[in-house]
Amino acid sequence: MLRDVTFGQYYPTNSPIHRLDSRAKLIFAVLYITVLFMTYSFAGYAACALFVVMLAVISKIPIKTLLKSVKTVMFLVIFVSVINILFYNGNNLLWGWWKIQIYADGLIFASKMALRLILLVLGPAILTFTTTPMELTDGIESLMSPLKVLKFPVHDVAIIMSIALRMIPALMEETDKIVMAQKARGADFDSGNVFRRAKALIPVLIPLFVGAFRRADELALALDARCYNATPNRTRYKILRFKWADFIATLVFLAFATVLLLDKYLIGMDNLIWGLFQ
Amino acid sequence: MPIVVKNLSFTYMEKSPYEKKALDDVSIQIDEGEFLAVIGHTGSGKSTFIQHLNGLIKLKNGNIKVFDIDLNAKKPDLRRLRCEVGMVFQYPEYQLFDETVAKDVGFGPRNMKLSTEEVDRRVRKAIELVGLDYDEVAERSPFELSGGQKRRVAIAGVIAMEPKVLVLDEPIAGLDPRGKNEIMKLIIRLKNTISPTIIMVSHDMDNVARYATRVAVFENAKLLYSLPPDELFANSGELSRIGLDVPVAVKLANALRAKGVDIKSAITPESLVEEILRVKGGNNA
Repeated sequence: MLRDVTFGQYYPTNSPIHRLDSRAKLIFAVLYITVLFMTYSFAGYAACALFVVMLAVISKIPIKTLLKSVKTVMFLVIFVSVINILFYNGNNLLWGWWKIQIYADGLIFASKMALRLILLVLGPAILTFTTTPMELTDGIESLMSPLKVLKFPVHDVAIIMSIALRMIPALMEETDKIVMAQKARGADFDSGNVFRRAKALIPVLIPLFVGAFRRADELALALDARCYNATPNRTRYKILRFKWADFIATLVFLAFATVLLLDKYLIGMDNLIWGLFQ
Repeated sequence: MPIVVKNLSFTYMEKSPYEKKALDDVSIQIDEGEFLAVIGHTGSGKSTFIQHLNGLIKLKNGNIKVFDIDLNAKKPDLRRLRCEVGMVFQYPEYQLFDETVAKDVGFGPRNMKLSTEEVDRRVRKAIELVGLDYDEVAERSPFELSGGQKRRVAIAGVIAMEPKVLVLDEPIAGLDPRGKNEIMKLIIRLKNTISPTIIMVSHDMDNVARYATRVAVFENAKLLYSLPPDELFANSGELSRIGLDVPVAVKLANALRAKGVDIKSAITPESLVEEILRVKGGNNA
């Protein structure tokens, strides 16, 4: 049922991470992706995983819920791994048949790719779990504000984004209601071939579009009635402030990034560990 | 006994932070020929309750039997259930979709796989029952009609399936007093012709007092009372405790009694007038 789908995946627990400045979290997410792409060692991935798990624990998100967000990319992960295992050319041939040769290097490379993809999803997932869509748009608007110099309509873009985000749950609820009403009149959405099913959606889509236009009209009127125009220097209800907690979070995050970069350029944990075994 | 509900419970989004208990151990029997009004606050569980009655929400906890259809069966015959129990949602006019009124009203009967002639007969009958002129509206687009007409067309779309039980979710919400009266009269007409059993969710206590044979009160997912309206409204203190309104006639009668007028309970304006006349006549004599 649509009712069971929460928009985005905000998970309300009001943890310290939830209360961080959304701008800080956005920048952390971008930096996280950057250092993740610079990392090529298992030790580095382990550090990333540890960091993500630590964030999940602090923000009180069950690890199971967090792992669910990987589901959407699982197909890609498996696909990339299989392709890499089968067609990687390198050293240490393990097994070969016809044109397919599996190398130990290929296995290592494939598992690194898989780990990287999974970690790539998990990090930003923490951001969307702990930040409401509204906070995200506010943060993006604030981060984009330097573009105002170039006459880029930052505020208009932000208001369009937040209206769009606000409309999604309303439209989902409306869809849910219309689906129920048409089901009550005997509509059948779950049988027949693709074309039949597509046709069965017409009684839902038409009222939904009519309703969306009606809502948009009403909202435009309401905005006009309150003299809304995207004037510069509008004040806001929730002001983003960089607090002490944000400063501490920045230090923690920089420490994490430094560890990864040290591993890459100076220590090389993987080689050290290999060395111990050989 | 058309509808028997036993120990029905339901929770939305179980095991998530948004978990919400909507129904808690609800048991009720609804007989043929009843006009059951369902009252309660927003979020008290009344909508969830009526959506169970024609299988729009999958039964999880408890037992429901509608006529001979057992909703606890592995695969209950939902198609037949939805023909027996018609459902008019809130603001039903927002669900109109087809090119013409006749086609839209015929959507339900066509889904029932009736013959073309039978569909046409039912469409004509339903449109006329809701008080519209078939020849005038049948070929028009439902989107051209006025608000009140749209609502009638939407109701016609449900009764064209000729359900034995008609469930209405706030059918008079957002209408002016005349519109409310007309729709209430329409519901009574439907009760006398096609659907002998009516279940109506409403916040309009005056109409509940006037038309209902029994009132079910929902509060915090529980069914608190299921009483005839005169018994229920006699206890107006209890209703205001849970924050529900009482009919105007009851308020006036209570005010008069507080002023020392020896008046018996009355729940409709007509019965109140009779009471006042009786008391006044008694004083004069």
